[in-house]
Amino acid sequence: MIPKALIHHGRQLGTFLGLIFLCLILWILTPYFLTVSNLLNILEQSSINATIAVGMTFVIITAGIDLSVGSILAFSGVVLASTLQAGVPLPVALLAGMLTGTLCGLLNGALISIGRLPPFIVTLGMMSIARGAALVYTNGRPISGFEQSFRWIATGKIFYIPMPLIVMFIVYFIAHIVLTRTKFGQYAYAMGGNEEATYLSGVNVRFHKTMVYALCGLTSAFAAILLTARLNSAQPIAGIMYELDAIAATVIGGTSLMGGEGTLVGTLIGALIMGVLRNGLNILGVSSFLQQIIIGTVIIIAVLLDTIMKKQKR
Amino acid sequence: MKEINSNQSQKLLEMRKISKSFPGVLALDNVDFDLNAGEVHALVGENGAGKSTLMKILSGAHQADIGMIRMEGRTLKIHNPRIAQDSGISTIYQEFNLIPHLSIASNIFLGHEPKQFAGFISKKIMTKETINILAELGLSINPDILVRNLNVAQQQMVEVAKALIYHAKILIMDEPTSALTTAEIETLFATIRSIQLKGVGIIYISHRLEELFQIANRVTVLRDGKSVGVFKISEVNKKDLIRLMADRDLKEYYPRIRSKVGKTILKVSHLNRGNYLKEISFHLKQGEVLGIAGLLGAGRTELAQAIFGVNQIETGKIFVKNSPADIISPRKAIKAGIGFLTEDRKHSGLVLKMSVKDNISLPNLDKLSKYGFLKRKDLKNISLKFIEEFRIKTPGINQKVMNLSGGNQQKVVLSKWIARNLDILIFDEPTRGIDVASKVEIYNLMNQLTAQGVGIIMISSELPEILGMSDRILVMHDGKITAEFDANNVDQETLLAKALGEVA
Repeated sequence: MIPKALIHHGRQLGTFLGLIFLCLILWILTPYFLTVSNLLNILEQSSINATIAVGMTFVIITAGIDLSVGSILAFSGVVLASTLQAGVPLPVALLAGMLTGTLCGLLNGALISIGRLPPFIVTLGMMSIARGAALVYTNGRPISGFEQSFRWIATGKIFYIPMPLIVMFIVYFIAHIVLTRTKFGQYAYAMGGNEEATYLSGVNVRFHKTMVYALCGLTSAFAAILLTARLNSAQPIAGIMYELDAIAATVIGGTSLMGGEGTLVGTLIGALIMGVLRNGLNILGVSSFLQQIIIGTVIIIAVLLDTIMKKQKR
Repeated sequence: MKEINSNQSQKLLEMRKISKSFPGVLALDNVDFDLNAGEVHALVGENGAGKSTLMKILSGAHQADIGMIRMEGRTLKIHNPRIAQDSGISTIYQEFNLIPHLSIASNIFLGHEPKQFAGFISKKIMTKETINILAELGLSINPDILVRNLNVAQQQMVEVAKALIYHAKILIMDEPTSALTTAEIETLFATIRSIQLKGVGIIYISHRLEELFQIANRVTVLRDGKSVGVFKISEVNKKDLIRLMADRDLKEYYPRIRSKVGKTILKVSHLNRGNYLKEISFHLKQGEVLGIAGLLGAGRTELAQAIFGVNQIETGKIFVKNSPADIISPRKAIKAGIGFLTEDRKHSGLVLKMSVKDNISLPNLDKLSKYGFLKRKDLKNISLKFIEEFRIKTPGINQKVMNLSGGNQQKVVLSKWIARNLDILIFDEPTRGIDVASKVEIYNLMNQLTAQGVGIIMISSELPEILGMSDRILVMHDGKITAEFDANNVDQETLLAKALGEVA
């Protein structure tokens, strides 16, 4: 008799077993992999992608896509950096960064839901616009050097736990509650599953869809805070290709690009798989050229396995 | 009424002792089925009786656990749909497998294109053969026309033509008339008779039992995965079939109990929208079932959509409980107290990937949440309540609705609206494609609702249903309301004549 919880969370369990399997292989191949400091390192390195993937998961659950997250990260980062250097209090600067990301997302959402444009096109445009805005804003130069109080967000520790991990887990915890326990989360699944039926059930589809993209902009801004604090520098060219890592983490985590299904627990595991893979390949000294091929293969195999399993269930 | 002893030497198709189980269900239990060349053999049963499973086994979508299939005396192992097609078994599903932006000819030859040298497609041969095959079916239409420009009946002909091109010997037709008008059904039957003459055997699945007596030679009744019997159609009547399918006499097929009619709750005056709606005025009272009859395209669904705020009206007014209602979206309509059960539950009524619980709660989340947080206990309780009250057959509240049968899906759609306690409910084809027992349950539910003072507008293409369940009937034709009747003072012929636009 299979426990009910196991069936219910079968998909996440599969991804989790994949992660464990990957870790086992790396442990066998190299003794350096399974050390506390390396594992913490992996988690820290994954935290930025994982944070972006939170918003991406919401967007993909609504059957959308957001290609602009990397650019929004860069733009939010430079706005945050410039306000910090202008000497405003830390909370205000953080708010400015978050507001920038949210507004970009809001614009994405409004164009998609009210303008009825395809998400792919809108966010492709925003990818270029936000990147350009970051470059114009900084004249193409990075903004570096911040006070310790800000850098603590990425370098500090509470009870030996690095701050980026704490930030990441808090973001995941809150987002998980929002996705599974609120009206907004329910509507996200419903819109992705059948937008017309949702609209005909009296749901304000335009508003909620816009908010999903705004949320995605916000999590990109969270990632910008983590990245800027870690590097002690905000680069207008930061976050290039981050959208693909975030999409990969989400999809490996079992969120369907067709919309209507997916979990944040899955996405977190997906982001960790990506992180473990990168880290392991680095330790093993695999060339970065070859790494790309391996990572691409893993993404395809993960989705292939998912597809096969779903077919068998039917 | 006696069962036929089918011991003729060579059948076109024999399915013997077919069993198939899915996790938790025995979908087919030792079922026998056979088909002669040139015969129309109807397959009837309630939803979940095993009809689709049996046909999926024949068309290769499922494999039987036990049992044997023989075609023209040879044993056949149908592991996949391709084998079925190559053996001459074609299926026409309710949802057509046509590509809208390709021409008729391209659709018919899709995947079987006649090749000239170097793999180029010979358009000439395709066109010629298409014209021939369409002519055999009694249809003269330019094969270059794109399929999206055809009406449903014509698209169905293209499906039939496609099957004939594949040299189908067995044609499975799943609810072929569900989207057709009366005239189109006649054409379809003529087509069926012509392909019968070519020796093709037809397996005909339909919920519209009346049709079987016009077109079928024999009928097999399935119930709970078992074959209840095979009969010559001349030896049974509709009542027998219903009794066999449901294993109980449905004394009242349309059990309408009139309720006390109260105040007017909805008044529509001079509604106009392009060519769809012209000067529509009517009213609806508490406790009343107002039937709307008419042919497809008469504007019935458009009217419902206008009242529900899906499409904006150009001129006209809608009054709910005597005050003007500004209904610009479904959200506003629901706030005004109107619910809309759409004609296509899979496309616009349900989120198939979501659970029974999530679907029932979807229009009610503002009431089932506090500060945006779901009241999970209330959500669970309301779902359990409706599952019990409406006898929705589901393993639990977390079952995805895509795994439920049509009748149970429809009950979920009904639940989600009834949970909202609305004053006005619009039902668009509420019993389309669902089994007899579920139909009656839905009718009883309508009685309960009107007894509580709810006003119901029921759009239906089935005239017996309109006559049986309505108190008052409006007939629409070409965007206009052409007649109004008390349901007690009108017959089917009069309604049909009005629906066809004939001036009496």
